[in-house]
Amino acid sequence: MYVAVKGGERAIAKSHELLARARRGDPGVPELSIAQIKEQLRLAVARVMSEGSLYDEDLAALAIKQAAGDLIEAIFLLRAYRTTLPRLSESQPLATGRMRLARRISAAFKDLPGGQVLGPTYDYTQRLLDFSLMDEVSETMPAGAASAEAFAEPFAESIVAPGIGELLGREGLLEAALPKADDPAPYDLTRDPLLFPVDRATRLQNLARGDEGFLLAMGYSTQRGYSTTHPFAGEIRHGAVPVEVFVDELGFAVEVGEIELTECQLITDFEGSATQAPQFTRGYGLAFGHAERKAMAMALVDRALRAREFGEQINLRDHPANNEEFVLSHSDNVEASGFVQHLKLPHYVDFQSNLDLLRRLRTEWEAARAAANREAA
Amino acid sequence: MSVQDGYNFAYLDEQTKRMIRRALLKAVAIPGYQVPFGSREMPLPYGWGTGGIQVTASLIGADDVLKVIDQGADDTTNAVNIRSFFRKVTGVATTEQTREATLIQTRHRIPETPLAAGQILVFQVPIPEPLRWLEPREAETRTMHALREYGVMHVKLYEDIARHGRIATTYDYPVIVNDHYLMRPSPIPKFDNPKLHRNPALMLFGAGREKRVYAVPPYTDVRSLDFDDHPFAIERWEQPCALCAATDSYLDEIILDDAGNRMFVCSDTEYCAGRQAAGHKGALAA
Repeated sequence: MYVAVKGGERAIAKSHELLARARRGDPGVPELSIAQIKEQLRLAVARVMSEGSLYDEDLAALAIKQAAGDLIEAIFLLRAYRTTLPRLSESQPLATGRMRLARRISAAFKDLPGGQVLGPTYDYTQRLLDFSLMDEVSETMPAGAASAEAFAEPFAESIVAPGIGELLGREGLLEAALPKADDPAPYDLTRDPLLFPVDRATRLQNLARGDEGFLLAMGYSTQRGYSTTHPFAGEIRHGAVPVEVFVDELGFAVEVGEIELTECQLITDFEGSATQAPQFTRGYGLAFGHAERKAMAMALVDRALRAREFGEQINLRDHPANNEEFVLSHSDNVEASGFVQHLKLPHYVDFQSNLDLLRRLRTEWEAARAAANREAA
Repeated sequence: MSVQDGYNFAYLDEQTKRMIRRALLKAVAIPGYQVPFGSREMPLPYGWGTGGIQVTASLIGADDVLKVIDQGADDTTNAVNIRSFFRKVTGVATTEQTREATLIQTRHRIPETPLAAGQILVFQVPIPEPLRWLEPREAETRTMHALREYGVMHVKLYEDIARHGRIATTYDYPVIVNDHYLMRPSPIPKFDNPKLHRNPALMLFGAGREKRVYAVPPYTDVRSLDFDDHPFAIERWEQPCALCAATDSYLDEIILDDAGNRMFVCSDTEYCAGRQAAGHKGALAA
């Protein structure tokens, strides 16, 4: 007698219990607090906020804790929560030129107004493991920086500098980045489907939510010959920007808070045309929090996707980074992760269908071979 | 606070449900045509039925009786999970009985028990575009559908015959709906394709990740592609179901032991259990 396997609610409930235990680990080790994640895993929090499309450090930290550090799972958790939130209003465009800078560098100019500000960066650390961090109680801060006030305000120096676009734009050397006169309200990819071809604003929205690893690989491919761009890091800045909302009842915009952003302006050549003097063109990247790798990769991909706009020779089949449908359809890690992992779901029925066909084909193949052998003999 | 108190009935807000129902009305008006819709991020992963879940959520009412199956079975983990999700967010009655259900969400099968007028069958769709492997560009396939330019699909099927002596597509077998649109019936085995033709139930297809819905309204013509000299044929088994002795149902193959012994049983668990209750006995039944 045969009894069929039952999946069932009990198995799922048990699995949830095991998962909770696995997430917590050894109960003898103190539990992580949301504040600890927020303060000490800030770059993970930034990534979850960017790709989760929700600026909320507490919820991002909670998602990271709940997902046991699996950032794509955390992004999914945050997205599934975000989708239930009402849209209260649209903010005014952010003025990143007014950013209170924590860091700002340009690889195109040795010096520029506002200066090069190195800020907190892993760039020039020597990647040697710091074994002193192993001991959680004796973690020491450099002298003079240990006071609580120094951390309460990360942008205490409050440097404000004009963006590279403004500086080069004055001479017309760099393409302007101005909204069109009839600039439409931005398309909302979380409310409406992505339909091709798409405009640049929608493309940037997709890339901003896109998986950092995917964009990194796509951007990298453009540097290795799978595209035609030759970029300079015009400017990378990280800092805090005020968010303003226009209040109809008041008749003016009010500041509702401040968010941390990383912005990247890549500069690339453009040969010019009959109607357009030669000038530099831009690739643009923007991410929540401190996320330079993401912002730079996004800017590379943005520029690669503008190839057609500038009449550049493109080869969609061999240069995936130039292929709008390819890039934008595969950038979302929540979509990709779900679809890749759906292969874990039962496929008995389809598999049976294929099994049936394969057996037939093999029987026919054996018969054909036997016949051929007879003929040869 | 219970889940039902914290979320709107059926999880989605009413505006979103209305948006999806509008897309569905368009889909019903143009059978087989893929209608883009503002697919939401659901609390279940993409690829696991988010399209079907959104279609179900936009239609379900307090009086509905819901059945959820995966691979034909009511008790596979994903079916259990989706059913429990709807119980949590709607509190509606659920059933395993195909005849009792007003709304059936399915993945990869059409129930063996014939559907009746008034019932709605909701399919979970992974890839809605039948031309995707022949033409990856969305902008291009839209035009091909508009012009009914389906030659590439016939060529593909012909190449199967040239190479293998038969059409090698076994599931998600392409169909023409209402003499116009080429449609993927979702990955149901071709065994189920004939059930699409002039079915009295309304059949709705939801693809969440790909953000498309489409429909086959009741009593619509649905033709599986074939050639005069290679007519469409469904899978056949050499033995009946080992539990209920059915000879007219789709059978799953189950490996019984290390020696490779196997048995064949109905993939539709409700159909099989019903037959067993009615006294039908297969070779391996208890």
